[in-house]
Amino acid sequence: MRTLMIAGALASALVCGTALTSPAPAFAAEIKNGGAMTVTYKDDVATLDPAIGYDWQNWSMIKALFDGLMDYEPGTTNLRPNLAESYEMSPDGMTYTFKLRPGVKFHNGRALTAEDIKYSIERAVNPATQSPGAGFFGSIKGFEEAAANNGALSGITVVDPATVKIELSRPDATFLHVMAINFSFAVPKEEVEKSGADFGKKPVGTGAFKLREWTLGQRVVFERNSDYYEKGLPHLDEITFEIGQEPTVALLRLERGEVDVLGDGIPPARFLEVKGNPKNKGLIVEGGQLHTGYVSMNVTMKPFDDVRVRQAVNMAINKDRVVRIINGRAIPANQPLPPTMPGYAKDHKGYAFDQTKAKALLAEAGFPNGFETEILANNTDPNPRIVQAIQQDLAAVGIRAAVKTLAQANVIAAGGEQQGAPMIWSGGMAWIADFPDPSNFYGPILGCGGAVPGGWNWSWYCDKDLDAKAAAADAMVDPAKKEERTAAWRDIYLKIMEAAPWAPVFNEQRFTMHSARLGGPDAIFVDPVHIPVNYEQVYATDVQ
Amino acid sequence: MAGYLLRRIIQALLILLGVTAITFILLYLLPADPARQIAGRSATAATVQSIRQQLGLDLPLWQQYLRYLGNLVQGDMGRSYIQRTEVASLVWSRLPATLLLMAGAIVCELVIGLGAGIIAAVRRGRPTDTAIMVASFLGVSAPQFVVGILLLYVFAVQLGWFPIGGYGTFAHLVLPSLTLGILGGGWYSRMTRSSMVDVLRQDYIRTARAKGATGGRIVLVHALRNAVLPLIAMIGLDVGIFMSGAVVVESVFGWPGIGQLTWQAIQQVDIPVIMGVTLTAALFIVLGNLLADLIAPLADPRIKLR
Amino acid sequence: MSDAFRRFAVNRIAMIGLAVIILIVGAAVLAPVLAPFDPNEQFFEGLTIEGAPLPPNATYWLGTDQLGRDLLSRLIFGARTSLVVGVLANGAAVLVGTILGVVAGYARGVVGSVIMRFTDLMMAFPALLLAIALAAIFSPSLLIVALVIAMVNWVQIARVVYTETTALAERDYIEACRALGANWPRILFRHIVPHLVPTVLVYATLGIATTVLLEATLSFLGIGVRPPEPSWGNIIYENQTYFATAPWLVFIPGAAILLLALAFNLVGDGLRDALDPARQGR
Repeated sequence: MRTLMIAGALASALVCGTALTSPAPAFAAEIKNGGAMTVTYKDDVATLDPAIGYDWQNWSMIKALFDGLMDYEPGTTNLRPNLAESYEMSPDGMTYTFKLRPGVKFHNGRALTAEDIKYSIERAVNPATQSPGAGFFGSIKGFEEAAANNGALSGITVVDPATVKIELSRPDATFLHVMAINFSFAVPKEEVEKSGADFGKKPVGTGAFKLREWTLGQRVVFERNSDYYEKGLPHLDEITFEIGQEPTVALLRLERGEVDVLGDGIPPARFLEVKGNPKNKGLIVEGGQLHTGYVSMNVTMKPFDDVRVRQAVNMAINKDRVVRIINGRAIPANQPLPPTMPGYAKDHKGYAFDQTKAKALLAEAGFPNGFETEILANNTDPNPRIVQAIQQDLAAVGIRAAVKTLAQANVIAAGGEQQGAPMIWSGGMAWIADFPDPSNFYGPILGCGGAVPGGWNWSWYCDKDLDAKAAAADAMVDPAKKEERTAAWRDIYLKIMEAAPWAPVFNEQRFTMHSARLGGPDAIFVDPVHIPVNYEQVYATDVQ
Repeated sequence: MAGYLLRRIIQALLILLGVTAITFILLYLLPADPARQIAGRSATAATVQSIRQQLGLDLPLWQQYLRYLGNLVQGDMGRSYIQRTEVASLVWSRLPATLLLMAGAIVCELVIGLGAGIIAAVRRGRPTDTAIMVASFLGVSAPQFVVGILLLYVFAVQLGWFPIGGYGTFAHLVLPSLTLGILGGGWYSRMTRSSMVDVLRQDYIRTARAKGATGGRIVLVHALRNAVLPLIAMIGLDVGIFMSGAVVVESVFGWPGIGQLTWQAIQQVDIPVIMGVTLTAALFIVLGNLLADLIAPLADPRIKLR
Repeated sequence: MSDAFRRFAVNRIAMIGLAVIILIVGAAVLAPVLAPFDPNEQFFEGLTIEGAPLPPNATYWLGTDQLGRDLLSRLIFGARTSLVVGVLANGAAVLVGTILGVVAGYARGVVGSVIMRFTDLMMAFPALLLAIALAAIFSPSLLIVALVIAMVNWVQIARVVYTETTALAERDYIEACRALGANWPRILFRHIVPHLVPTVLVYATLGIATTVLLEATLSFLGIGVRPPEPSWGNIIYENQTYFATAPWLVFIPGAAILLLALAFNLVGDGLRDALDPARQGR
């Protein structure tokens, strides 16, 4: 999962919601190709190297420049072949064979071959690349050795220039999602070698757009790839990303017609006003998203080693009030999975808000007068506010938590130390799913694998039993067993809630605002895999 | 003079060395682990270890520092952990914007400071003086981001006289320069007034006056030259204030300079970039101080270079 | 000295400034009595149903903040933080800066050189970074904030005092005193320090305003006063982006900072006039 770099991005993480329920958009014939749009961002665009880029900002930009074997139907989370024309899975789920689509060319004019697929995945695994996504390829045969050496994977075979075979070391129900993840995207070896470490600044892929200009700290410009294999796409001739734009300023410019999409979302400070303005009707698109904001409790630190204390915290937080404080841009949560994720337990009641019961549980645990502790949080709005609301609720049951707000990386570092942080509010560092699969919320953030120094399991919760159950669920590769697998994951998360290492607080809703001149079905503006919009599918209505 | 200059340059280099050392140690003490940061969430321990080795983070502090210095003398400030771009090129790409902003701010504060200060000194004790001094207090006391947001809101959003943030033309430069310059302008008008009042009372001015020199001439020729001395010292110091102020002003106005880069790097704990911008800021501050010391004797012959 | 006091006492503007300071100090001391509400209590009815803060009204005289807390109560309690940090941190900075500046400017030689090179080093060091590193190493508290501010602010005063001392020390009459064999404490305290007083006073008064602002910056970085404890600085920082939709949250504390700074400036100005006989009859 990617980290949300800033909290203004409350409105800009990975999404399902309306998108999941609406069918794949049918594009009307009257769309005229051409035109341009401007997207603003506050922070610099980090690398556009698909093996490295891993934040919500460059994630979709990379998707516009590069492609993988698999992809999702626009506006949905349904997998479909992309660079692959078709694929086959062996009955035991251990071998996948991909047939490449003919006629795909890199931006430099060279045709894509199976060698490129092998090279690109091995490059991501090679430690010299320093890819944050290497671990996703863990189920491919020969991964351990490859990750320790030069990335060469014995599991990937080039059968012929148009066919690549990938063997796994264990059945992996999420493997096709992994083939749709940016880290697996095809890159041309010759360009990577030519640019070296600067490939991320001079990206060359097969995508609908190619990079035309990159002025550091000011703007990035994409232009149409006229050789793109999918005819009729992209709709736009040009996309300009303007960098260094404060969200408040960007909104003013959008209202003036100078900007088309707010990359960082609607600034929280003006959310209510903008949303309530009738002029903006139809310009703001709302969707659910695969995100959960939670308070982690370190189960190895006193007094959170007592399950009753953790349950009391769950009951003490008035989630409705927290949601109101962020102007209703979320819905209260009672379990780790968000509602739009397969495996979400709809009937689960969770720990209802009940401060009397919370106090009773604390007394039972030996803290009739409560205790002192500390809660860490990211220092960007609205997280300091949210954590103060939680602080007041905890104080009401006797838990006196000092608030410490820090930069994101420092909070993550403290969480990765076993005695580093008793409690952490996850907002602003919240996880957004890499792919819409329930397993994505477990491994590193709730499993034993993440409960190591420098790990990402801040609650340090580790249940070997559940780890085994998780592995078993991920081994159910038979498409016919899909329901059974989803049910298995549901049980795992409900078990976790019994132990309560987290107090889930809310699931964020995503709100994207665009200018009136941009067209496209709503699903494109809250596309579950593209943030803030699906760059290939959006079009301009003022093209003559 | 040449000997003095050489000595000062050596001193400046020593200062910069000191800055690198202190910064390096402070950043080393930060809890964030760069290798983990780069390797991401799904990384294995082996990957993290391999990255740590590649970056030399497994070496003892002093070796890491020497390595950094070694690269630095070759013009290599390392690569950003987040952007994976060379820090030198990041800093270089953002330098012109910040220098332009600083130039604009210096013009603003000199115009405001000298203008208001002289008027106040000449009209001291009268309502004009009081009004100017109150205004200078306000300028000095106002939080920079509040001033910036206020200017942006009034002159760009409401009146539409200037663009709403951004970079490129003279019109873009006005509001950010003013925001950055108002603080200095407030200080300067106080300083100017105070030294002008002193000077105007001193014997040689009285003499000049007795000799029949006219008021305006006295002020401009005699008094101003002497009033400039404290300001010169201040401009050198201002570079440091600008470097901090740029962080706020550049983020309010979307100005693509060093300040924005600094804030971003601090938020992301991007250590090589923090090192780079600190060093760059330090370089300019040192140059500013040096320049101030070189110019001071020109304004006041009683100061000798040592 | 009594002359100076008399001159100060008849300076009407300075007295207004002093009155404002006394008022603010009084409010800070009597905060628990004066504040209508608990400054940290988040009132359910302190927010609209959509979660927006309330503008000034009959219950909450200055409105509420993003969490539904009473702004007036937070301002009154915040005065404590701002005053404590402003006076303590700035006082320490002025003291250290003046001593080092005078010593360096008068002694020169190796001592002066070492001091000034150290100030050069400190000047070349961006203050923000120092603060962040300290934040990560120490656990945040009022004392750390004051310490950081003092560490950052003394340098500037030292430089200015040094420049002035140097200029003073080179004046002919000081050279003459030296030649006549006057001992250094006499020269320092009779002929140099008195001339520095106005400058130091101007800096000390103006410095309080800067200190209050710096405290706000540090609060924002997470090493200021811990939330929910209010300070005028962190009230502004918590709400800075809401200036258009909830202007009272930015501009009322902003005005409070201005008022406090202005008051110290007026008093400083008055003191300066009173202490420097040469300025009589302006």
